[in-house]
Amino acid sequence: MFELERWEEIFDTIRKNKLRTFLTGLSVASGIFILVILLGIGEGMRNGISQEFQRDAANIIYVYTGVTSKEYKGLNPGRRIQMKNEDFNYTALKHQDDLEYKSSIFRIWNGIVNFGKESGSYRVEGVYPDYQFLENSGMVEGRFVNYKDHENFEKVVAIGKKVRDDLFKDGKDPLGEYVQISGINFKVIGVFTDPGGEREESLVFMPLSTAQRVFGGANNIANMAFTLEPEDNFEAALAASNYFSTEIENQLKETHTIAPEDESAVSINNSLENAKRFYDLMDMIKFFFWGVGICTIIAGVVGVSNIMLIIVKERTREIGIRKALGAEPLSIVGMVLHESIFVTAIAGFIGLIASLMLLEFVGPLIETQYISNPAVNFNVALTTVFILVIAGAIAGFFPAWRAARIKPIEALRDE
Amino acid sequence: MIEIRDLHKSYKVGSNSLHVLKGINFNVAEGELVSIMGSSGSGKSTLLNILGMLDEADEGSYTLDGVVIKNLNEKIAARYRNKFLGFVFQSFNLISYKNALDNVALPLYYQGIKRGERIDKAMSYLEKVGLADWAGHLPNELSGGQKQRVAIARALASDPKVLLADEPTGALDSKTSYDVMNLIQEINDEGRTILVVTHEPDIAAMTKRIVNLKDGRIIQDTQVNQVRAQENV
Repeated sequence: MFELERWEEIFDTIRKNKLRTFLTGLSVASGIFILVILLGIGEGMRNGISQEFQRDAANIIYVYTGVTSKEYKGLNPGRRIQMKNEDFNYTALKHQDDLEYKSSIFRIWNGIVNFGKESGSYRVEGVYPDYQFLENSGMVEGRFVNYKDHENFEKVVAIGKKVRDDLFKDGKDPLGEYVQISGINFKVIGVFTDPGGEREESLVFMPLSTAQRVFGGANNIANMAFTLEPEDNFEAALAASNYFSTEIENQLKETHTIAPEDESAVSINNSLENAKRFYDLMDMIKFFFWGVGICTIIAGVVGVSNIMLIIVKERTREIGIRKALGAEPLSIVGMVLHESIFVTAIAGFIGLIASLMLLEFVGPLIETQYISNPAVNFNVALTTVFILVIAGAIAGFFPAWRAARIKPIEALRDE
Repeated sequence: MIEIRDLHKSYKVGSNSLHVLKGINFNVAEGELVSIMGSSGSGKSTLLNILGMLDEADEGSYTLDGVVIKNLNEKIAARYRNKFLGFVFQSFNLISYKNALDNVALPLYYQGIKRGERIDKAMSYLEKVGLADWAGHLPNELSGGQKQRVAIARALASDPKVLLADEPTGALDSKTSYDVMNLIQEINDEGRTILVVTHEPDIAAMTKRIVNLKDGRIIQDTQVNQVRAQENV
C-alpha cells in the first residue's frame, strides 16, 4: 500500500488529470470549509447571545417584604414586615463566599429633586456601591457612590442621565453642583447610564447610610438585591440560585416570626428562572448549527460518492487496459482508493486550514451584537475531515471493486 | 506453445444461448505467425479472448507453454496475462493521459520492476518500433500507425511468450497497415509466436499460416507462403 512505486503511479495519475483532481478536491475542500465556518458562526452566536444575556438578564435575586397572611405563634395576620440592616448584614456575612454583588435598598418616596428653577419627581434610593453592578449601570461621568461616602454619611448623589438632561439645561456640567432633595442639598458626584433605558436612568442614588439618616429611615430597608458568583452552566447556576433563595426566605421568616407557609410576607424574585429561556435559545442555536453541519457533511459525502462513481466509470476502459496488461483486481481497487483518499485528505485539510484561518483572522473583526469571537473546536473539525475522507473511500470502494471485477473484454469493448 | 482441445463456448443472449465456438482443435508451435480469419460472428474474437485469458471456455482444454489454463481466479489470470501474453488491439487501447514511454512501461510496473529499469526497457522497445523520438508524446499527439506501434511496443515490453493481435490493422489505412505488419513480421523473425485475428485477406497473406473459422468451427488450416510486407510498402 505504501511502496514508492505505487505513490509514483498515483502522483503520475494526479498530475495528468489535473481537472478531475481539482474538482474532487474542490468539492471536499468547500464542504469542509462551509461546515467549519458554519460551526464557527454558531459558536460565535452562542458567545454573542450569552454576552447579551449577561448584560441584560443578570442572575439577580430581589428580596422584598409585604404583609403577613397567616397568624403564627400568637401574632395576627396583616402584620407589615419591615426588613432591617441586620437582615442584610446577616445574609451578606453568611453567604459572603457565594455572593458576587450585594446591596440593600432604602427607598425615599416623593423624591422631588430641584436644581435652580428646574425640578422633577424621581425615584430616590439609598444603596450600597455594589448596586451599580446589580443595575448594570455604566458611568457617563464622575463616579458612583462608594464605601467612603457610605461610612461618612456623605450627602452625595449619582444621578441618571435622564435626570441630568431634565435638570441641567444648556449642557451645564452637573458634577460638583448641588441639587435639593426634599429641600436638602446633595452634591452630584456622577452621572450614570443604564441598558434598561430612560426609565432606569430617571433614578437618583445616594449612600444607604445617608438616606437612612437624613430621611428618618432608622435602620429600615425596603429591598435586598444579590447576585451569585457565576457557575459553569445553567443547571448549576439555577440550583445555586434556588438554594440561596430558599435559605434567605427561611432565615427572614425565622427572624421575623412568619409562618413557614406564608406566601405573601416575603417575596423573592429570582430572575434566573427567566434566564432559562436564554439558555434554551442557546441550546436551540447549538442544535440548529449541528443539524445544518450534519446535513452539510451528508451532502459532502453524497458529493464525494458521486464524484468517485463518475471517476471509476470514466476509468473503466483504463482499468480494462490495466487488467489486460496484468493488473490484479486488488491492485486496481488499491490504486483507485489510494488516489481518492490522498486527494480528499489533502483537499479536506486545505479546506480546514483555510476556514480556520478565516475564523482566526476575520472572526475577531466581526463587531455585530449577536456574533462574538466565532471559533470552532479543532477536534470536531478534524473529525469531520476524517469522516469525509473515510466516506469518500467507502463510496469509491464499491464502484472500484465492481470495475475491477469486470472482465477486461467488456471494459475494452469498442463503443 | 499453444494447444487447444475441443474448445466450446456459448454466450447467453437474453433467454437464448448462442453457441459461438463448437469444438476447436488447434495447435501453435513456437515461432509461428498465425492469422485467424473469418467473417464477423465466426467466433474468431472469442477464440482470441479465450487464448488471451480475457475470457474462459465452457469446455475443452487450453495449454499455454506447458501450463494448463483452467479455473483461473482473477489474480492468477492477471499474473499469467502479464507473464505470457502481449495484447495488440484494433483500437490501440493506450492510456490517454500517459505518454508513449509510460504506456510502454506499464506492463513492467505490474511485473514489479523498478522505475529506472522500467523506463530504460520501455525506451529500448520504443526504439525497436522506431518511435524513440516520440517517447514524450501523448497518444492523441500520435498518428494511428504510431499509436499501434506504441501498442506493439507495450505488448512486447513484458517479453511475452505469445503476442495476440486483434485486428491490429483494422483502424489503419493500407500503407500504415503494411508498416504495422512489417513490424509484426520482424518481431516474428526474432522467433516470437504471434497470433493475428483479421478479416482482411491481404493481411492474412502476410502471415505464415491461415486458420479459417466459420460458425464456430475451423474449416481450413493451411500453411502459406508468406508475403513480406516490405514488398508492398
